[in-house]
Amino acid sequence: MQTPLDPVDLAKLSLKDAVLDVVEFRGETTIVVDPQRIVEVCQFFRDTEGLEYIFLSDITAVDYFPKEPRFALCYHLYSMLYTRRLRIKVYLPSDDPRLPSVTSVWPSADWEEREAYDMMGIHFEGHPSLRRILMPADWEGHPQRKDYPLGYEQVQFSFNFDDIDRLKPYAKD
Amino acid sequence: MGVAGKLGNLGVVTTTLEAAINWGRTKSMWPMLFGLACCAIEMMSTQASVYDLSRFGMELMRASPRQSDLMIVAGRVTRKMAPVLRQLYDQMPDPKYVISMGDCASCGGIFNNYAIVQGVDEVVPVDVYVAGCPPRPEQLIHGIMTLHEKVKTQRIADWA
Repeated sequence: MQTPLDPVDLAKLSLKDAVLDVVEFRGETTIVVDPQRIVEVCQFFRDTEGLEYIFLSDITAVDYFPKEPRFALCYHLYSMLYTRRLRIKVYLPSDDPRLPSVTSVWPSADWEEREAYDMMGIHFEGHPSLRRILMPADWEGHPQRKDYPLGYEQVQFSFNFDDIDRLKPYAKD
Repeated sequence: MGVAGKLGNLGVVTTTLEAAINWGRTKSMWPMLFGLACCAIEMMSTQASVYDLSRFGMELMRASPRQSDLMIVAGRVTRKMAPVLRQLYDQMPDPKYVISMGDCASCGGIFNNYAIVQGVDEVVPVDVYVAGCPPRPEQLIHGIMTLHEKVKTQRIADWA
């Protein structure tokens, strides 16, 4: 078992221009990366001796509407050997957010990327089967975006009870 | 019940066919296992020892819809689960009854959003609504007894 190496130093050495920014906050390291080179970056972090982030904890998506770039994807990595965590962040523009899929690096990214697609509308190129996972298959819209309406139906009080009752879809047997 | 007073000593009871059939349906209604969320815990505790549902004839909850005649929708129904719910309801043989247990099944509860069906009566026709979040076992038993009252008022003329 090798001594753990510093991920930031190794990344800046090997992946020179892919690394855009490094943020360190209260013990958590975040490396901001170019989105089109995400597969190469993830393979580097998984395979290098001394880093070995073999576990992808989660892929989360953020919507910074109305700021540009609008979307951000966070890949939360965990190294079981050295028990430490790392976050890789990519920023995506608001029109047509696409980037390569990392399912070839960690197979568990399959469902996590489907969730990011379903909720935020981020397309993953090279994904084995990119379809909705939480919403029904024919749903329109991406619910967790900031411009998606918050509630669903008008609240039925006594004064507007009959008006709303007429429009509610009841099951006929 | 009719001339029961005179024939009671002989062990004979007279009644109407309607009352007898409704009595049979009421006393042996088998619920289907359909606990979805937190209301399922209350349904389980109603089935368990202190608030016993077996004394109402509901000895166990059938997992198969083909062998049950009461569906207690306990918990939130998501938009993705709604077609499944409808399919299970269609697989139940007549006469079938639906109790919508809890606020989320009755009206969407506190979840007024894209993911939860706002009231399970958008999907299946409901006989009794039980309010509560979650309803206590006594409330669910009151709902079941209200359903029994409803079944007792059913007439043969409506079946044909």
